[in-house]
Amino acid sequence: MSTPATPVAETAPATAEIAVRLRGIGKRFPGVIANDDINIDVRRGTIHAIVGENGAGKSTLMKILYGVQPPDSGTIEINGAEVSLHSPADAIKSGVGMVFQHFMLADNLTVLENVVLGAERLHGIGAKARAEVLRISDAYNLGIEPDRLVEALGVGARQRVEILKVLYRGARIVILDEPTAVLVPQEVDELFGNLRELKAEGLSVIFISHKLDEVLSVADEITVIRRGTTVKTVEPQGVSARQLAELMVGSELPSPSTEASTVTDEVLLSVSGLSLPSDEGRPLLDDVSFQIHRGEILGIAGVEGNGQAELVESIMGMRAASSGRIELAGADLSHLSTRERREGGIGYIPEDRHRHGLLLESPLWENRILGHQSRPPSVNHGLIDKRAARKDTARIIEAYDVRTPGPDVLARALSGGNQQKLIVGREMSGEPVLLIAAHPTRGVDVGAQAAIWRHIKDARRNGLAVLLISADLDELIGLSDRIEVILRGRFVGTFDPEDVTPERLGSAMTGAGEDK
Amino acid sequence: MTKARLTRLGLGVASAVLALLAAFAITSLVLIAAGDPVGEVWGQLLSWPEQRNWANIINNATVLFLSGLAVAVSFRMNLFNIGVDGQYRVAAFTAAVVAGEAWLPGYLNTALAILCAMAVGAIWAGIAGVLRATRGVSEVISTIMLNAIATSLVAYLLRKAAVREEGSNALGTKEIPEGSRIGGLPFGDFEIYGFIIMAAAFGFAFWFVLNRTRFGFDLRATGQSTTAAVASGVSVKKMTVAAMMISGAIAGLVGLPILFGDAYTYGSTFQSGLGFAGIAIALLGRNNPIGIALGALLFAYLDEQSNPLQILVGVSPDIVAITQGVIVLTVVISYELVRRYGVRLEQREVARALATPSTDQPEEVSA
Repeated sequence: MSTPATPVAETAPATAEIAVRLRGIGKRFPGVIANDDINIDVRRGTIHAIVGENGAGKSTLMKILYGVQPPDSGTIEINGAEVSLHSPADAIKSGVGMVFQHFMLADNLTVLENVVLGAERLHGIGAKARAEVLRISDAYNLGIEPDRLVEALGVGARQRVEILKVLYRGARIVILDEPTAVLVPQEVDELFGNLRELKAEGLSVIFISHKLDEVLSVADEITVIRRGTTVKTVEPQGVSARQLAELMVGSELPSPSTEASTVTDEVLLSVSGLSLPSDEGRPLLDDVSFQIHRGEILGIAGVEGNGQAELVESIMGMRAASSGRIELAGADLSHLSTRERREGGIGYIPEDRHRHGLLLESPLWENRILGHQSRPPSVNHGLIDKRAARKDTARIIEAYDVRTPGPDVLARALSGGNQQKLIVGREMSGEPVLLIAAHPTRGVDVGAQAAIWRHIKDARRNGLAVLLISADLDELIGLSDRIEVILRGRFVGTFDPEDVTPERLGSAMTGAGEDK
Repeated sequence: MTKARLTRLGLGVASAVLALLAAFAITSLVLIAAGDPVGEVWGQLLSWPEQRNWANIINNATVLFLSGLAVAVSFRMNLFNIGVDGQYRVAAFTAAVVAGEAWLPGYLNTALAILCAMAVGAIWAGIAGVLRATRGVSEVISTIMLNAIATSLVAYLLRKAAVREEGSNALGTKEIPEGSRIGGLPFGDFEIYGFIIMAAAFGFAFWFVLNRTRFGFDLRATGQSTTAAVASGVSVKKMTVAAMMISGAIAGLVGLPILFGDAYTYGSTFQSGLGFAGIAIALLGRNNPIGIALGALLFAYLDEQSNPLQILVGVSPDIVAITQGVIVLTVVISYELVRRYGVRLEQREVARALATPSTDQPEEVSA
């Protein structure tokens, strides 16, 4: 990409106004250029959004700014002075703080303890620290209760604790990495309120996201990153979500929308009374019952950690303690092993492809066998047919557009999107009747995302029952024929994707309006 | 063979050579620090052995090969069977007693004794497997403890089963009758253990089962990623017990070349410590039968060549034990370095091979 980034404003802003200036930042990883000639100016007292597709290089850039990784080239200026950041400690010293997507809090400590942990030298751990925490909380309207245990807090409150941690350490520049990914719409609004308070106090906020509506509503300036380089910096007033998206993607946008319904009245998957106890008492799954028909996609919406993973693993037979009845095409699966269930016709695209979907240190053809160890073509009579496995891997590579030099490459060497396409192709082999897709497009690039959506739609058209779990509400609404909302291990509402909005789903997901 | 596989093979050989060179260098430093004559020590160690010494090397290597195979089975499952030492002793003792009693004639007796040895080895290791699968007890701890128990148990039982040899204080089991011994193969003017043929057969079976059967695939998959194996339908508990039992069964063979080809009795002086050498050899041989065979030959060679060091050069042969120990360390380091290099190489290769640029980046390699 050779297009240089347009400077922030037409008139070059005075250096004093610039909190962070990045010039020509480059970072290479083996085989890939993560960042290349990145140029960004973040003005003081503004919210600066950085948008780009998954894998565009946003996270790498932020790790560079936070001192986690050194850049290979380019300069970083903070408040007009050039700095070189070798560690997060350096970054904090320069007034840069970061709130990661995955919170780094100790559940069994109080809010106050979490905040002072590692920063004891600033204000001690006693009354002075408490006063400081309360002062910051009031100043930015964070609503922090210092003595509550973190484990008792909801996701939104935990995020505010993370922000407070950063401010407590003296940050004047706050980076938020995909802060809204874990929040429901109502919590997002609260977060944006907090961010505006920070801005009003003269802090600079760098806000990383790929959700364009959010970015347009909160940011003062938006920098678009595509393929590791800054494409353009725009102001939200002069741009629409669609234009922004096209800047990000560099082409026409794909959309997940479904075609005409193919739902039949033949039940393929029938789950009744599925329960899973937990060690702590409150069940992980509580009497879940549902059916999926031939040619139907059932979407499961829910805030992460409300039983989605447990539901999938119970259907797959990976949770020994689960009770209830699971029938697939009339056959009772309840007491079968995971392998027998797979042989019965379940294809499984796992949530975490590295942990559950692949042998990273094995070649692709061996990964083709994984989950199909008992079935032709790769395995016959207990013996592995290497030639057939490689041939069938080549078929998947071709049919599912897996970008690889060949089936002998180790799975680790492929990009996330190509790994995922291989998994989809594998799970669609062997004529499954049910496809379980957990977060199928998480962490893959747009091209792969569109392809995976197409494959899921193909599966539906070919008469499979599909169970789709996703945190991406647009994906759920776009693909599903029916949406069930899961909350604390129970199904709490059924929605028709034709007339539901992300906001209504969000309310159901948090249990708003539910009688206590 | 495709280019990717050739590259991988080349890297494997390179990493072993790198490790050996580093180990030799470190040994030389130790010699220099101790004021010993470096040149003369290497001159002796690297001199070409006599035919008689070659026979000893091959015999010793046969035993070490079996030990390495036993450990490698568990390594492939990501289990650490440190208990080969105890397993082979209990098994060799059992085989000696069974063969000594000679319930069956000739080679039937031999076959029965070998089966009993494998069964006992499997059960002894299986204890650790069951504890791991059901209670989550680390197999490292349990096999170490089982080693200690094995030593005491054999010493205790030996007293009951033993016949005292005339004019000696040494205790031993009844001698195996001549018809049940395994004769040697001619090697120039000398003989080597006939058991070497069985060892080679087990080496081939190891390769075949691990690489060509579904069971072997399940085992390797579990070793690489327990979570992925579970999701693919492998019962990890069953595999844990099975892998430990197979490892133990092979460990049961370790003492048998000596028993049937040389000692003919299990006594208080039966060779010990073979199980620990197996750990080093499995590491050096990258859990691959050919690599293990080469590693076993190297260790046997160093042992044999170090014997005359004291007489000829005036240096303790223990210097070779230091070399062998250092090899274990350099092997682990060099394999990891070469592995990372290989991953980087492959990612670059993949990136180059893909004509169409992709926006997606390879996910970072977690160390």
